[in-house]
Amino acid sequence: MTGEELFHLPLEDLHIAAGARFGGFAGWSMPLTYPAGVMKEHLHTREHAGLFDISHMKLIKVSGKDAAALLSRACPLDPDALEISQSKLTFFLNEAAGILDDLIVTRLGEQRFMVVANAGNAVADVAHLTALAEEFDAKVEPLDRVFLAIQGPEAWAVLSRAGIETGSLTFMHGVEPHPGWFMSRSGYTGEDGFEIGLPADDARKLAEKLLADDRLMWIGLAARDSLRLEAGLCLHGNDITPDTDPASASLMWAIPKDLRADGTFIGAEALRKIVADGPAEKRVGLKAEGRQPVRGGTVVIDEAGNPAGRVTSGGFGPSAGHPVAMGYVATLLAKPGTKLFADVRGNRIPVDVHTLPFTQHRYRKG
Amino acid sequence: MATTYFTEDHEWIRVENGIATVGITDYAQEQLGDLVFVELPEAGRQLKKGDAAVVVESVKAASDVYAPADGEITESNAALSSDPALVNSAATGDGWLWKMKLADEGQLSGLMDEAAYKKLVG
Repeated sequence: MTGEELFHLPLEDLHIAAGARFGGFAGWSMPLTYPAGVMKEHLHTREHAGLFDISHMKLIKVSGKDAAALLSRACPLDPDALEISQSKLTFFLNEAAGILDDLIVTRLGEQRFMVVANAGNAVADVAHLTALAEEFDAKVEPLDRVFLAIQGPEAWAVLSRAGIETGSLTFMHGVEPHPGWFMSRSGYTGEDGFEIGLPADDARKLAEKLLADDRLMWIGLAARDSLRLEAGLCLHGNDITPDTDPASASLMWAIPKDLRADGTFIGAEALRKIVADGPAEKRVGLKAEGRQPVRGGTVVIDEAGNPAGRVTSGGFGPSAGHPVAMGYVATLLAKPGTKLFADVRGNRIPVDVHTLPFTQHRYRKG
Repeated sequence: MATTYFTEDHEWIRVENGIATVGITDYAQEQLGDLVFVELPEAGRQLKKGDAAVVVESVKAASDVYAPADGEITESNAALSSDPALVNSAATGDGWLWKMKLADEGQLSGLMDEAAYKKLVG
């Protein structure tokens, strides 16, 4: 991103006032940490509640008579099977079943859906969907919204004090509580929590109200990353990319069984072949012995020193209390407990294949 | 009487009787954030000025700390293997990284003193 102009968050002044340290991410100038620091921010989110400005992510509204048909072409998803307000994790795949982006799709109405896309892929996602929409009677509408995530066991209580009742909303559901608002019970931390897209003026008022509550503090991108990594959630660009497919990424649970058999989404044929042949590698958790973090890009080897895989994300898990990582290893080595090694600057660090997540999800499933 | 020098890489070097104690500055630890691991060098290792002597790892990233001069490592701070956060809480005290016997103390003469360093980091 060097030399390129970064986008600025609409609420940037609030982050500056809170003492944020900024850095570039996916073309945006983002708060990385606040004065509390990544460790405290991370633990505070797991114990109380954290407020994240995720306005770099994109909300895209898809509507019209063929909205469901368009999404069933674009994603390995059965939009008609979604109840109104139900959300689902899905993907845009390329013809080779490579993952162009991972998305959350929520059904807002009979013919209306909300797609939440990753910052780094937002422009490409909108172009992709818009191009596909030419063959359908459907409208693709990227929205300008501030997007806030409120995460943690006290998130609901903080929202309630701020006048937002969430009682009827369960995990992976989303609604439009006010004009221009989209609120879902979901997140990227493994905790109960909410994501709210709303106009900037409303967002400013909401953030100020929320921050008046001692149980809540701003959380930066650094803790967002350590939280999602402990929760075993993928970062597109690291853990899933156009070169990995849902089967290798251990994400087939997101694809309905009947679609695996006869879906006509882009990439369906290639994915069926990968599943039939068995993927050559699988995404797994990796737990290093000792305290030394094993980072993304590190090579994983077996006992004999043969290549066994690679780390795609790694760091230290403040709640886990030990280094946490995920990556891809050869399918035969993907069983939890398999002993492997990471080559960190010439040192062989023992790593065990570990089940994901490292910290248990605490979603409110109703 | 010890003399303390500062580098543009945000290290401090305290020299007493030809032995240099090296650490990172408070400014540096603040930039790095919470440290979770310090890869310490073995005593006896020979360093050339500019060699990566220590790796400090925060939650998010690993960073090298460079030798400010030629010399031989005499000791590294064993307390950091169980408590790397000492570098955050006491960067210029108990959070020192290593000690080295300098081959030529004159190599440090171009470095900053505390006043000049403070001006650099504002």
